[in-house]
Amino acid sequence: MPFNLLVLACLLYVAFLFAVAFVVENRAARGRLGWLRSPVVYTLSLSIYCTAWTFYGAVGYAARSGLEFLTIYFGPTLVFIGWWVLLRKLVRIGRQHHVTSIADLISSRYGKSNTLGVIVTVIMVVAATPYIALQLQSVVLAFGVFATAAPDSSRPLDSAQIAVWVAVGLAAFTILFGTRNLDAREQHHGIVTAIAVEAVVKLVALLAVGSFVVWGLAGGVGDVIARIDAADLAAWQVQPGRWTGLIFLSAAAVICLPRMFQVMVVENEDEGHLARASWAFPLYLLAMSLFIVPIAVVGLERMPEGANPDMFVLTLPLAEGQGALAMLAFLGGFSSATSMVIVESVALATMISNHMMIPLWLRLRPGAAAADDLRQVVLMARRLAIAAVLALGYGYYQVSGGSGALAAIGLIAFLGVAQVLPAMIGGIFWRGATRTGAILGLVTGLVVWAYTSFLPSFGPGAVLSARVFAEGAFGLAWLRPLGLFGTEAMDPMIHALFWSMALNALAFCLGSLLTFPGPVERLQGAAFVNVFEGAVGPQRWARGQVEPEALLAMAQRILGEEAAQALFQTAARAQGKDGFLPDPTPPFLDSLESRLSGSVGAATAHAMISQLVGRATVTVEDLMAVASESAQILEYSARLQARESELTRTAGALREANEKLTQLSLQKDAFLSQISHELRTPMTSIRAFSEILTEGDLPSATVARYGRIIHDEAKRLTRLLDDLLDLSVLENGAVQLTLGLASLQGMIDTALTAARATRPDREFLVIRDLPTEAIYLRTDADRLAQVFINLISNARKYCDAARPELRIAVRQRAGRVTVDFIDNGKGIPKDARRVIFEKFARLSDANRAGGAGLGLAICREIMANLGGSVAYLPGQGGAAFRVTVPLRLEVLAA
Amino acid sequence: MAAHVLLIEDEPNIAEAIRFLLSREGLRVSHSAEGAAALVLMRQDRPDLVILDHMLPGMSGLEVLTALRADPSSRGLPVMMLTARGRDREMAERAGADRFMTKPFSNAEMIAEVRSMLERGQDRQ
Repeated sequence: MPFNLLVLACLLYVAFLFAVAFVVENRAARGRLGWLRSPVVYTLSLSIYCTAWTFYGAVGYAARSGLEFLTIYFGPTLVFIGWWVLLRKLVRIGRQHHVTSIADLISSRYGKSNTLGVIVTVIMVVAATPYIALQLQSVVLAFGVFATAAPDSSRPLDSAQIAVWVAVGLAAFTILFGTRNLDAREQHHGIVTAIAVEAVVKLVALLAVGSFVVWGLAGGVGDVIARIDAADLAAWQVQPGRWTGLIFLSAAAVICLPRMFQVMVVENEDEGHLARASWAFPLYLLAMSLFIVPIAVVGLERMPEGANPDMFVLTLPLAEGQGALAMLAFLGGFSSATSMVIVESVALATMISNHMMIPLWLRLRPGAAAADDLRQVVLMARRLAIAAVLALGYGYYQVSGGSGALAAIGLIAFLGVAQVLPAMIGGIFWRGATRTGAILGLVTGLVVWAYTSFLPSFGPGAVLSARVFAEGAFGLAWLRPLGLFGTEAMDPMIHALFWSMALNALAFCLGSLLTFPGPVERLQGAAFVNVFEGAVGPQRWARGQVEPEALLAMAQRILGEEAAQALFQTAARAQGKDGFLPDPTPPFLDSLESRLSGSVGAATAHAMISQLVGRATVTVEDLMAVASESAQILEYSARLQARESELTRTAGALREANEKLTQLSLQKDAFLSQISHELRTPMTSIRAFSEILTEGDLPSATVARYGRIIHDEAKRLTRLLDDLLDLSVLENGAVQLTLGLASLQGMIDTALTAARATRPDREFLVIRDLPTEAIYLRTDADRLAQVFINLISNARKYCDAARPELRIAVRQRAGRVTVDFIDNGKGIPKDARRVIFEKFARLSDANRAGGAGLGLAICREIMANLGGSVAYLPGQGGAAFRVTVPLRLEVLAA
Repeated sequence: MAAHVLLIEDEPNIAEAIRFLLSREGLRVSHSAEGAAALVLMRQDRPDLVILDHMLPGMSGLEVLTALRADPSSRGLPVMMLTARGRDREMAERAGADRFMTKPFSNAEMIAEVRSMLERGQDRQ
């Protein structure tokens, strides 16, 4: 078969994969994945477990070690059937926490620790590098087989060159479809579908070769069984320890391998798919392993001594001249290698960029997260990481010289990734697991694995010197890489497995028990361990049993009718439907959720759609998020409420002020009309009598009498104006006080004399206790005397007793002096006492000797200005007023 | 027989001025300084005209007017009110005052007003 034809077939095959991935990506972008999102595709994508190692290497493994190769299939089978619970929990956690890689899972579980993310990434990269090299090697070997078999090959095949081309091609493919866009869930529909196609190809290829071997080369099933019985490799040379170890190892690997985690957890569309895969994937593995032994047995029989049993799948058809079959087998092997490398590099690139490059970049350029388009940076980081991973694989291939059996490299890689197992299992089942424990366990496991398995794999003298192999590190015999603590007798593989896993688990447990988790760790731990509690649902929307009408109704309430209808109509059109009601596909639900979250917050939007979709998927986290949103709303409304009550208070104060003003205005009106009345009264008399007088022709006695009336009324008018002016000055506080030391007795004397002008005709007895009046006050003597005059005049005016008398009693206490004026009249009725100090509050007009009812109002104002008071004194028989005045009036401000 | 005017006014000087003016005109003037007493006086000595001050101590001018109008015997009696304030005029009008005289008034006006009221009162009778 011409070598160029092979290359052409390869290129065509790759082009076909490109097309598949491209079409699917486009459909995914339009939300129309349909059957591509089926459990079949999911199960087939899981088959990247079967790499070139399984495809080619299993036959070699069987040829060398008999049935032991089966352990590589037993492990995953046991996990998928027996440990389905674990897988389901992993998938659930992965979906709920948007886990993007195994490093992300570990770091997220242990309090979102990036240190752990970096450690896991390092382990994965170190362990995966030889594995990727292994795939490159298998492709190179396969090309080599064809090259040597081809008669027209004139020049020797440059294997390094092939490896470079394969690596570059894979990098290009992976970058193209692995970093086309940035999906928050790190899903790559195109790649997954391409892998599913490859899974079919490799299964068909292996079955075809197997069938050819059984029915073409051997004489059917019976003959093959007879040959197997004859061959000693089929003897069940079960070494319990090694078998258990290998089964454990492959079981751990199927969970921990970055590519397995990628397709199983990250790319998972629906938990239901996992249930299907739990029996379908073991079935696939069974089909893959069905013809391994026959091919090995027949190959050993037919192929020349020294032929590489790893290549029997290719060499047997070639030797028999079955070019097309060999081509198919080659494509099967090619598929195994490429699918593994593609997914592995995507998974590793996600880890490297998320846990190493981006944090580093953000630290180097603080504030860049806000300024630049982080998406572009992340995508670039991914691309670089993919290239770096493939470059590492290629480098390893070059360094290791392409030597070593495929199976051996595979197992070393398995053991490497298995170091993550304790931290992972502990993390999702044990709330007590802590970050420190995880770090200790991982580092211990990594070191032990590197020392006992990885580094020795390069051979004595390559990395570890021969002396270390013979005498142990630092010359300590118990530190020999293949015989820790004197366990040389153990199989090297089991030795490494035992010590790395045991020390890893021990460090993890001790570290966890001796430290306490931080608050975030505690929360995350609870969320991971109890992921199934509280009817926790997937974040990604599965096709729900929801009526689009209900969704539209809800969306209209939140977005408004026009916007909601536009959104639904666009979605319906994208699905190729008329009207406003698209199918509630997951992409549509997603877009609806993100649209709603713009209006009501992400948590609320999620909870609302959850309710309608009817999966009862409101998680504790959702509720907490809703609660915090509600808290913000509550706070906002509380603020509104506070403002409202403030407004109410202000309005109340305004209303009160308004009422006061209205009242004041009414009072002012009443006051003005009172003044008007009081002024008009004397004016009326004055006018009337002056008109009478001007007419003349009157007896002189009458003229004199009328002249006196005019004079009296004019005086009354003047007094009224004086009082008004006085009151106005006093009320405005604009009064000028003339302070000085004055005798109280003198003031009372002055007042009595002045008051005699009121009803001078009347006999009026004044009773005083002169010694008590011997007090000197610092006050405005004129003003205080004015108050006394007013009170005495009032008594003279209004006291209705037959023998009127006035008692003046003085008392001094605590810096204040009280002067009581008590007459022996009827006094003032109770209900009138309230108003006597108001302006114009004249009570009765029995005696109208002047006065407009301003006297007591003036007294009150004067006393207020003098720092004292005047009040009615009840219970004294007659009318009684008490004047209280400070002994020493200090002027506060001049 | 001289017409009889009842003057109800609490300010003694104003009352004296009005009494002087009306007496000079040949009218018989009786005076009361207080509303309640005036109502009693009115029943004994039927006046032809009442001059009523608005601001009275005790019973106010308005109250006197209301009581006066409530009594059938004095319902049609001409009443002149002496007011100081414009707003009171409305209330007095509603209570049944016929004329108003604002303080301070001109003597000539007062006399002319009283005369015209008395004449009209006689026409009615």
